[in-house]
Amino acid sequence: MKEKLVNPNYNVNINGRRRNGSIWRWVLQLSTVVGIIALITLLLNIINGAFGYAVLEARVDPATLAVDGVPLEEQSKEQLMSVLQSNISSAAFKKLESDQPFAERSRANVYQLVIERIVKYDIKASWQLWDSLTRANEIKATAAQEYPSAQLRFISWFTSDFVSRPQSSEALTAGVRTAILGSLWTILFTILLAFPLGVGAAIYLEEYATDNSLNRLIQTNINNLAGVPSIVYGILGLAIFVRALEALTSGEIFGVVDPTTANGRTVLAAGLTLGLLVLPIIIINAQEAIRAVPQSLRKASYGLGATKWQTVWSHVLPNALSGILTGTILAISRAIGETAPLVVVGASTAISFDPSSPFSKFTTLPIQIYQWTSRPQDEFRALAAASILVLLVVLLSLNASAVLLRNRFSRKY
Amino acid sequence: MEEQKRISLVTSLQKPSSNLRRRRRLGESIIQGLLFFSGFVSIFTTIGIVYELGKEALLFFQMPEVSILESLTNTQWQPHTGNFGVWPLVTATLMTTLIAMAIAIPLGLAVAIYLSEYATPRARNTLKPILEVLAGIPTIVYGYFALMFMTPLLRSILGRDVVEIYNTASAGLVMGILILPLITSMTEDALSAVPRSLREAAYGVGGTRLEVALQIVLPAALSGIAAAIIIGISRAIGETMIVAVAAGAGPKFTLNPFQGAETITGHIVRISGGDLSYDSIDYNSIFALGLLLFFITLTLNIISQRIVRRFREVYE
Repeated sequence: MKEKLVNPNYNVNINGRRRNGSIWRWVLQLSTVVGIIALITLLLNIINGAFGYAVLEARVDPATLAVDGVPLEEQSKEQLMSVLQSNISSAAFKKLESDQPFAERSRANVYQLVIERIVKYDIKASWQLWDSLTRANEIKATAAQEYPSAQLRFISWFTSDFVSRPQSSEALTAGVRTAILGSLWTILFTILLAFPLGVGAAIYLEEYATDNSLNRLIQTNINNLAGVPSIVYGILGLAIFVRALEALTSGEIFGVVDPTTANGRTVLAAGLTLGLLVLPIIIINAQEAIRAVPQSLRKASYGLGATKWQTVWSHVLPNALSGILTGTILAISRAIGETAPLVVVGASTAISFDPSSPFSKFTTLPIQIYQWTSRPQDEFRALAAASILVLLVVLLSLNASAVLLRNRFSRKY
Repeated sequence: MEEQKRISLVTSLQKPSSNLRRRRRLGESIIQGLLFFSGFVSIFTTIGIVYELGKEALLFFQMPEVSILESLTNTQWQPHTGNFGVWPLVTATLMTTLIAMAIAIPLGLAVAIYLSEYATPRARNTLKPILEVLAGIPTIVYGYFALMFMTPLLRSILGRDVVEIYNTASAGLVMGILILPLITSMTEDALSAVPRSLREAAYGVGGTRLEVALQIVLPAALSGIAAAIIIGISRAIGETMIVAVAAGAGPKFTLNPFQGAETITGHIVRISGGDLSYDSIDYNSIFALGLLLFFITLTLNIISQRIVRRFREVYE
């Protein structure tokens, strides 16, 4: 009886199918977990790199630099200056004075100079956070045995000092202020180029463009540009902004001649290159925001006799603004993290002066990370990890503000 | 005279009076012109890319040391000895891309299927943003991760004499993690576009969740998934900083993923890292390589758009 009911060609292996189902469910869940583990590992790896023990050996013992029994750390700016003056050649001192007059320098800056020029700590060895925590005794023993004259210190490379100090070739006194300012300058020009053009193009495509072949070409082209690798934009920037428009990007036509940047490898060129890079992203995001504004608003405005531009300016844009800004912030955070195009455009490898004009040489946070990562010494890798933390904090706050903006101003129709 | 007046009266009666006609507004036209211009800038960008890269690439191939035929057959890229075979760069690029896709495709599909077909709305709402964080991390950070985590990991598993410090395997693996969220989100979009009625019908005839997901939803979303994979490949080919940091410096014709090799993008970055002098052979070569990169990724992007348009299953 039972045999008859079951069609022989139809396999109702319910238990087997269920087993299959639960195995695969497990596999799928595991894959998701793997993705999250990857993210956590990435973050832990960076934190692991940014802290840890290091063995420091001073070339000149700081204790010998005490003046009238006042140790180096507690000396005033004037005392530190005299220490500096009596320990380095007068030519070197003059050069420091001409770089930036001592009257304008802060005490911290002078202290940093003393450490850099006279004490000169050498990092003999360093360990990452995990090792420093789990094998502390072992590390202390090794350090005491191999470097008896040196001191072992637990260093947090990621500090507020690190953010405010300028770049330096000494790992202990290096900071990312130059790089952060470079990033800000660059992003300023990126926004100035990409935001008006991007929003303008989005308005054109959504509100004005009729469905003809030219407008379709523009739309397809924008979609394709969004998929072009960023390094290609770097090459384009090198050819156009650095070489062809050198007179503009080096400030020559404005009469600004910065002797250090006779070529066009400047903040301005970098900003414009990144502007072209994020332009398609801004356009696509702004288009979506404009499209979400309901048609009834436009109809009501036309009904009252408003012109097209009046409708767009007073009704469409205010309603799309939060979406446009959110999309722009996301595009900007992409630009802040870009490295490859800026390497090609010609970021400077070592500058210790803050950028002061659009025509300054530039370095940015990601460039700084790249350079420190590429150096074989452990202490520079630690600096790279610390600057990654700075970069991630910047990006996180940008993204958080985008989310807040979206939640605060989003309207439902 | 009288006649004319009458005619003009008639015409003005027939036509609505002129102040009801659409007025020409200069301001409006200027604004429209400006907006059109901003839309057209993107066309300039494309023209700029093709023209500038093409021009310098042409100069490169006109140099006496270089011939197109030679660069397609030679397996050495050594500018200072006059060897410009593009193969070492291409094989390294293919290798990192393959390794990345071997990670990103299965994981990305699995995560997307889980999120779209299995996860509760609450789980989805917490898991998705976490995975999107991965997509927002700058690629240089992944480069650091590849060099400082993946390479030591591979070396401790496979042995230090097998795995070099700089190798394409660790760059590729980390690149897979980078591309995972891209594939996941595109695939998930495609899966959730499949109408509920299809799933309900399949459950109705007794399908298990897995069978519905794999045999009904997945085939229906296939065009979107294929597009996601192609975009992923295009992204992997153009990816720069991971390979620049972790894959090694110096072109090398090898198929061993544990040796160092230089990809197209990695080479461009290394060459242009110093102060590159204009019209040198190195300067022109990065334009030729950039053009190659541009056309590869453009082709892939166009194919992916075609697939979506042509093979999309349309449900009313």
